[in-house]
Amino acid sequence: MDAIAAPSPEPRAEDLLPQRFRDWFAGRDWEARPHQLAMIERGRAGRHALLIAPTGGGKTLAGFLPSLIELSERPPSAEPRSVHTLYISPLKALAVDVHRNLGAPIAEMGLPVTVEARTGDTSLAKRERQKLHPPDILITTPEQLALFCAWPGGRAYFAELKVVILDEIHALHGSKRGDLLNLALARLQMFAPGMRRVGLSATVNDPDMLRRWLVPQNTFSLPFEGGGAGEGVRPQPFRETPNEAAPQEASPAPDRTHPDPCPSPFEGEGNMYMADLVLGAPGAPPVVDMLVSRNASPWSGWTAKHAIPDVYEAIKSARTALVFVNTRFQAELSFQMLWEINEESLPIALHHGSLAVEQRRKVEAAMARDELRAVVCTSTLDLGIDWGGVDLVIQLAAPKGSARLIQRIGRANHRLDEASRALLVPAHRFEILECQAAREAVAANDLDGDPERIGARDILAQHIMGLACAEPFDLVALYDEVRSSSPFAELTWEGFEQVVDFVATGGYALRTYDRFHRIVRNPEGLYTVRNGETAQRHRMNVGAIIDIPMLNVRLASVRAKQKVGGRKIGEMEESYLEQLATGDTFLFAGQVWRFEGITGLDALVTPAPPGTEAKTPSWGGSKFALSTYLAARVRRMIAERERWNVLPDDVQEWLQIQSVRSYIPSTDEMLVETFRRGKRCFLVCYPFDGRISHGTLCQLLTRRLERLGRQPLGFVANDYALAVWAMKPLDDLDFDQLFQEDMLGDDLEAWLDESFLMKRAFRHCALLSGLIERRMPGREKTGRQVTFSTDLIYDVLRRHQPDHLLLQCARADAATGSLDVARLGRLLTRIRGRIAVRSLPRVSPFAVPVLLEIGRETVAGAADALLAESADELIAEAMRLDDAEVAA
Amino acid sequence: MSALHALHRGRLEDPTPCGSLWVILHGTDCALRCSGALWLPEARMLVAADLHLEKGSAYAARGQLLPPYDTADTLSRLEAEVAALDPAVLVLLGDSFHDAGAMGRLAAEAAMRLAALARGRTLLWAEGNHDVELLNAAALPGEVVDELHVASLILRHEPHPGPAPGEVAGHLHPCAKIVRGRSSTRRRAFLTDGLRLVLPAFGAYAGGLNARDAAFAPLFAHAPIAAVLGERRVYPLAWEALRGD
Repeated sequence: MDAIAAPSPEPRAEDLLPQRFRDWFAGRDWEARPHQLAMIERGRAGRHALLIAPTGGGKTLAGFLPSLIELSERPPSAEPRSVHTLYISPLKALAVDVHRNLGAPIAEMGLPVTVEARTGDTSLAKRERQKLHPPDILITTPEQLALFCAWPGGRAYFAELKVVILDEIHALHGSKRGDLLNLALARLQMFAPGMRRVGLSATVNDPDMLRRWLVPQNTFSLPFEGGGAGEGVRPQPFRETPNEAAPQEASPAPDRTHPDPCPSPFEGEGNMYMADLVLGAPGAPPVVDMLVSRNASPWSGWTAKHAIPDVYEAIKSARTALVFVNTRFQAELSFQMLWEINEESLPIALHHGSLAVEQRRKVEAAMARDELRAVVCTSTLDLGIDWGGVDLVIQLAAPKGSARLIQRIGRANHRLDEASRALLVPAHRFEILECQAAREAVAANDLDGDPERIGARDILAQHIMGLACAEPFDLVALYDEVRSSSPFAELTWEGFEQVVDFVATGGYALRTYDRFHRIVRNPEGLYTVRNGETAQRHRMNVGAIIDIPMLNVRLASVRAKQKVGGRKIGEMEESYLEQLATGDTFLFAGQVWRFEGITGLDALVTPAPPGTEAKTPSWGGSKFALSTYLAARVRRMIAERERWNVLPDDVQEWLQIQSVRSYIPSTDEMLVETFRRGKRCFLVCYPFDGRISHGTLCQLLTRRLERLGRQPLGFVANDYALAVWAMKPLDDLDFDQLFQEDMLGDDLEAWLDESFLMKRAFRHCALLSGLIERRMPGREKTGRQVTFSTDLIYDVLRRHQPDHLLLQCARADAATGSLDVARLGRLLTRIRGRIAVRSLPRVSPFAVPVLLEIGRETVAGAADALLAESADELIAEAMRLDDAEVAA
Repeated sequence: MSALHALHRGRLEDPTPCGSLWVILHGTDCALRCSGALWLPEARMLVAADLHLEKGSAYAARGQLLPPYDTADTLSRLEAEVAALDPAVLVLLGDSFHDAGAMGRLAAEAAMRLAALARGRTLLWAEGNHDVELLNAAALPGEVVDELHVASLILRHEPHPGPAPGEVAGHLHPCAKIVRGRSSTRRRAFLTDGLRLVLPAFGAYAGGLNARDAAFAPLFAHAPIAAVLGERRVYPLAWEALRGD
């Protein structure tokens, strides 16, 4: 079908909007927008729909209008009703905001519609009440939905569900969280076969992918009436490949050539179904400027410290500005630097995910009351929340991806017809190129985005366990249900069985746990949870967000001569806090603190005396890697000299000298430079492929150089380049050989198995799949305890069952996430036969930024190196002692 | 006196190249092995503490299905040490089984491997009082003892609080945490001040207690050194180099 389902003919408000709604629009001097009407039409036709409309276009209302109309038209009932519309938001804050905003039209039109929000912050009493008296519209998060799936009452609760709305769907789909959500949708569809799915987004790079993601796949074999597990199900013994009962042969696809009296919610080509697409009119193109300091473009760094005075001036010139940064630490630092020069005492606030919730809510409320001139923030404010007053978005340091930038720019100015204003502040000269590339991408409205993903099986394990906690399931019916979830559409029966076996017994080749099944078969042959305690423990561990173990940061107070935790200031990564020693000072929540120690889940701090400098540098650099898409644009910009004239003079000069002293690679080439510096021999190359895949490449190159006897000593990587240095010369290497794709074979395998990244990936899989429980009744494991035990388990499992499901999951995660092996593979393919090598007498202009990062970044090495260094110190101490003895 | 005096001047010959750290403990030469076991060359005695066999199945019984390979893994490492050193006496220094039901869950193959370890040598289970009856009832190979005197040393499961010169104990599962810059690592470790020694846990799934934990304080009159288990050798680290959790 056509990519754009243009509603035909032009939908008319008179036909689609009931009088009450027309009056309400008229009373506000509004007119229903075409895409809002199109959504009502899609709703009336009973279709799944994806709406893409720019921020400020009344997108959320468009999502709710069909439900509000339907609810306003239904006859009154004496019977209690169940939930009609379920709204899912990726953020709690957005859920709260939408709840509030939806109240206005309902109250003003006097609609007989009840709306309630349910998030992790909702009180237990209220959650219980919601279960007994469901609202018409329930606003919630993916985690709460996963809990509903593990609740025995779910089937009845959602039996009447008509619509599920997924807001900011681009932020939900491309992750394990998205996998879990999509599986939950499949379950809801079983409860309520007629349920429509509606997706909302402002920024989508590949609408067709989301249209597929949004709707059920492989659905022809699902029973659509009645929905009972027993109906139409092929008898299947456990652990047997359903050959004769392949879905295609089992039941014919519904014949879609005949007009269906009951309209089908599906539309698709071949095997893939897609939601209808509704597009809103584009808003006014944004005005994006770049802040460049005259002839002072920094060589390196990531704080954009040099530009803070100019940023302050920009804030002064705006009504309200949002200052976006890429990491929480950078938010802290920029906030601090802005306040140091805040002579006019402008109300500038700080907002990031580590701050205590009350603190964040306070900032949000002040923002809503229009009391702030600027908020320094991280991606926590990327999404949805509607603040009319913002008229300028400042991006401090390069945005790293165009979709993220467009999303952030959309935060300025929620009026559709006025251009949003944005200011990009590059931190150094490569970022100037990157920001210029981003400006061009925004002008062309070209987006990068997450590629389509294959559903993670550790997540599937969690989901299946949840279903078993809710009600008994039939194995074959469940297989069909799971394959209706788009990320799992291609899951094989064997792959599915392996997951079920993992859930039941751990999936071990050594079958000694058969008596400890977590799910068991009941007399009817259905699978169900072993006992209530197991179910309760599972429910405590539902969800796909665990990424970083955090500790509470609390003000230390002394009670009975013991330091105890007082007021909570926020949360910080445990991995950062545990590296601090008592007395270390650090920046957090806009203040300098003295670290006192860790007790349990609390890190205790005291305020540092005024004027203390934060001693400990950072908690992590940029957490985003340069997107493939922007990287290609940057390569093009460097290769095409006629485009240099838009760049600052000193950057042009830098490129000129590079072309004289070394070489400017063409778009499809990769430049490799070798040179000596001091006693070290350097190899620097410039793939522009993001710090993650560069880091992996460094590891693999180092292994190869080691084998070639070049004695590599260290390496460093940033988003644009990587450098490796060695004792022996590196200029006579066969570079085509060195960068051969076969390094992704054995070298990768060998390194990966030892890598701490694999251990981390395994830990996540172990937690998400339920192998390790994060929370037990009465106590919670800290990250420290969990890390420790999963490392032990990883080592044992790797030795005894290297093909175990969770090791497969961990390898898959490492390959796509923390190592970006997939991207590295594309890089190696791209440069095959296109490596331009320059052997230089000294360092080139291009090499300076990456070499300046040596010493700033940790050079990753084996943990044993750490021990060896520490032991050397001890031996030195031992020797000193001996001398003293001699003197005595 | 500093714990550093325990470090052996002039390395003794390593019986097998495993990167042992040699120390003089209360006057007795001994090797702290990379495996986490203790080797007493004169007595030809190998000591391993806290095997925690069948810890995996103990968790499985409560619904956490950890990989069931921990017993096999622990026994393999113990067998490797026995093969390398051919000890006359093998001492298992307590908490050899994770819980009271562990012996019942032990696979027949694992029981046979334990029996093979006892063949041609003396196998002693130094279990402390509470487990003695249990072990006797289990008809395991070897002999159950409460404590054991060897040269200037006394071997027992649980360290006595206060001064105990010559004591070799387990029970506490010491591990050392080292932080340098933004990297950190946490490893199993021996702790010794030259007078007494605490062994790291030998079992595959046995957790660790940070050497800086208060539980170790009553044992050492002055700061001990940590002999930290690396991949290929044991690293002596000063007390000051260790971090708390």
